[in-house]
Amino acid sequence: MKTCLLILVVPLVLGTGCAAVKPWERGTLADYTMRADRDPLGDALSEHMYFSREAASGGRGVGGGGCGCN
Amino acid sequence: MLYRKFIIVAALAAALAVQAAEIKVGDTFPALAQAGLEGELPKELKGKVVLVDFWASWCGPCKQSLPVLNELAGRYSSRGLVVVGVSVDDTKAAMDQFLKKNVARFPMVRDAKQTLVAQVNVSSMPTSFILDAEGKVRFLHNGFHGDKTRAQYVREIESLLPASAAK
Repeated sequence: MKTCLLILVVPLVLGTGCAAVKPWERGTLADYTMRADRDPLGDALSEHMYFSREAASGGRGVGGGGCGCN
Repeated sequence: MLYRKFIIVAALAAALAVQAAEIKVGDTFPALAQAGLEGELPKELKGKVVLVDFWASWCGPCKQSLPVLNELAGRYSSRGLVVVGVSVDDTKAAMDQFLKKNVARFPMVRDAKQTLVAQVNVSSMPTSFILDAEGKVRFLHNGFHGDKTRAQYVREIESLLPASAAK
């Protein structure tokens, strides 16, 4: 019983999570839609809201005193 | 008994790790004519020095390498070099769109089912193979590193082309 369990579990542990993407299969990953910064306007708006809420303006290298008014 | 269990587990783990062998320098490159490539291959490849370049439209370094490959094709075709570009793009439209903006002055084919690229198991994009007249891989380039790769191409191609035909 223990052996069977071992035989089942070990390949599962080794096999799961191993999604090797071959170099020639990276087209989808390299697509523009996969970029985190694909929407500059949306990013600017959400960052403005985030900095205003957190009073953390300048936290990502932008100038400002934390008032959220820039 | 414990030893037997270990063998079974090790065999299963090894089976999971098995991968297609990568084509190395000295190996015979698979015959392009039998690889089921989409597009037209050069008629005469036998006895020629062939540079096979695997590329994709989404790959930045591939775009950088194109002018160099154009230059090599223009410079050495009279001495017996054939450059063949093998696109691994998922769609023909992606390849055509890329080639509309980036003109290739050498034959381009597409490995539509990605069988050849899987067979040679390239480790990066682009990857190029320089084959001698017997079809054996003599040089292998992973990636494209600008002038450094260009200089290597020139040196390697010169070493394979017959000296008597030198300009």
